[in-house]
Amino acid sequence: MASQEILRGEPSRGSFINDPRVRSLFFQVLVVLLLVGSLYWIVNNVIDNLRRLHIASGFQFLGSRAGFDISDTPIAYTSDSTYGRALVVGLLNTIIVAVAGVITATIIGFVVGIGRLSQNWLIRKICTVYVEIFRNIPPLLVIFFWYSGVLAVLPPPRESIHLPFGSFLNQRGFYFPRTVWGEGNWLILVALVLAIAMAWFVAYRARQRQMVSGQRFPVFWTSVALIVGLPLLAFLLSGMPLTFDFPKQSTFNLTGGFQIKPEFLSLYMALSCYTAAFIAEIVRAGIKGVSKGQSEAAGALGLRSGPILRLVVIPQAMRIVIPPLTSQYLNLTKNSSLAIAIGYPDLTATAGTVLNQTGQAVEGVFIMMIAYLVLSLVTSFVMNIVNARMALVER
Amino acid sequence: MKHIAIGILGATALGFMASAASAGTLDTVKQKGFIQCGVSTGLAGFSAPDDKGDWKGLDADFCRAVAAAVFGDATKVKFTPLSAKERFTALQSGEIDLLSRNTTWTSNRDSALGLNFAGVTYYDGQGFMINAKKLPGVNSALQLSGAAVCVQSGTTTELNLADYFKKNKMEYNPVVFEKLEEVNAAYDSGRCDVYTTDQSGLYGIRLTLASPADHVVLPEIISKEPLGPAVRQGDDQWAHIVRWTYFALLNAEEAGITQANVDEMKTSNDPNIQRLLGTEPDGKYGADLGLSNDWVVNIVKAVGNYGEIFERNVGAGSPLKIARGINALWTKGGLQYGMPVR
Repeated sequence: MASQEILRGEPSRGSFINDPRVRSLFFQVLVVLLLVGSLYWIVNNVIDNLRRLHIASGFQFLGSRAGFDISDTPIAYTSDSTYGRALVVGLLNTIIVAVAGVITATIIGFVVGIGRLSQNWLIRKICTVYVEIFRNIPPLLVIFFWYSGVLAVLPPPRESIHLPFGSFLNQRGFYFPRTVWGEGNWLILVALVLAIAMAWFVAYRARQRQMVSGQRFPVFWTSVALIVGLPLLAFLLSGMPLTFDFPKQSTFNLTGGFQIKPEFLSLYMALSCYTAAFIAEIVRAGIKGVSKGQSEAAGALGLRSGPILRLVVIPQAMRIVIPPLTSQYLNLTKNSSLAIAIGYPDLTATAGTVLNQTGQAVEGVFIMMIAYLVLSLVTSFVMNIVNARMALVER
Repeated sequence: MKHIAIGILGATALGFMASAASAGTLDTVKQKGFIQCGVSTGLAGFSAPDDKGDWKGLDADFCRAVAAAVFGDATKVKFTPLSAKERFTALQSGEIDLLSRNTTWTSNRDSALGLNFAGVTYYDGQGFMINAKKLPGVNSALQLSGAAVCVQSGTTTELNLADYFKKNKMEYNPVVFEKLEEVNAAYDSGRCDVYTTDQSGLYGIRLTLASPADHVVLPEIISKEPLGPAVRQGDDQWAHIVRWTYFALLNAEEAGITQANVDEMKTSNDPNIQRLLGTEPDGKYGADLGLSNDWVVNIVKAVGNYGEIFERNVGAGSPLKIARGINALWTKGGLQYGMPVR
């Protein structure tokens, strides 16, 4: 500190007003005061106006009976459940479609992004066309394309398309057999957990051995054998405790089995395809961002193009890819609120219904904003951890 | 998305509105020179734009009646199409002055939402419509267990539907949309087996389907749906004007005053008609409401009496051909009863 002050020299300022520290403190205090003051004014005004307009307010409504039904309910929900539970159902539906969409969009995005750099002319052009189409169409139109253009033109329930394994496809969605587990299914679960643990251990030992001796071990195929083999063995040993509930034709619809509704399917497909186009461009930029010398050096060491991509280029590209990828994940989550246009009961749709049935507009919008904020912050948090692990470790 | 926008708009409006008591709606309306009236996004017979873009229907005509009462000119009204979800926020936030949008009068809406209902312009009940060609043999709502049901979100319909299936221990699969057009499209494409809304609405919607003759409305009526105009709570003068416009329409029909004969009727010496038309010496019933004394003359000249509005929009003179039924005047065995002007 002392040396700094000597360096800067003692101020030869005319007055107290010109002192930069006083000035910055003054403006910071002013901004905080203005912010707090206007927040106080807004909140007070809301309360005042609600009272003046005779509109009931507060969050008590969350505990009363909702009275309406929701089509997709990941947790138990009936019209006797509370408004609060209806909101939770909506939030879960948003999370389900967002998580499924993020996974699929990432897979399509990476494939297309790498495909755009392929040596093969046809693959390169197909990937370019894909990116240019989906990147330049508004997401709402993509949703309508899937909902009205693809799924709505499927045959009605009585003329369902029969697919293998007792599955059906019609305009009410995709039906497939539901698995019903019998006695002794815990054994299979235990076997699966055990297999994953063993696979992890094998991978760990193999890496250690490679570090020491340079010898490689077929980790991938061993893991597959373990993870598939052990639960299968347990399944056979416990006497095959599995039956299937097949979808059957009834008066109106197919009943039984598991149904994926067209609303979910079209939203999921649309969000995945749309976001994948952006991810593809990010991946391409990431790979392009890795110096050409890296892959040339790897080639000179005798690696073939597959391992070069997998072991040299992509790990370095990931550092460039992850930060913009996070934004795309956030965009996908927020775009899922377009579900309202096709009637998928996501958070926006259910909160909108709750808002309307109770008339609590201020509270409803507040809950929606907080929920999306929390979702986005959690996504960023997770991605920041991934980013930190991928970052260049400087020695 | 629009309802969110209106929700946020409403929330922000509540935040920034001056907290001092605002001027009465009548003064505001007179100052801006027109009434902003909230209607549906397009329900045949009640409020739907025709091919020239003019709003037609019973609800739209009620807006015009109020404009005629206030300004003496039925054209001084602007329409705001609203989805079921948007309607109350639009009224609460002051975006519209009058909500005339086939809205059911319920205790919760009257007491907790900051609105007041002015009357019942149409007594309705909820029904079901199915495609008889695709579902032969279904002739009662009690056979609908397991069906996919199309319904508009944020309505009393949605709640009655849940109650009805629960009461009768039946299962169903709700397919819920925000906008009427989306529900219509989903039902027409076969996404659901059943369409449920107010029966009058079903008749109107049937006309817009690809092949109206294939669809039948099932006989069950599962709820009471008194539809009427609503205004903001806390402005008694404006509420009185809307309520008495409605009564004036009924009283005009009862007294036999029509769009065609209203000028002749002004010379009538029946004291009842004189009071209604403001021709009674020293009578000032219109002025007491904050209107001119010939307010009823203006209303009837502009849109006719209640019976004429009904026949023109939903009754025999319209494609819907709905019978007067319980919407007949009390003198003819119906429920429509205008309080006396005196």
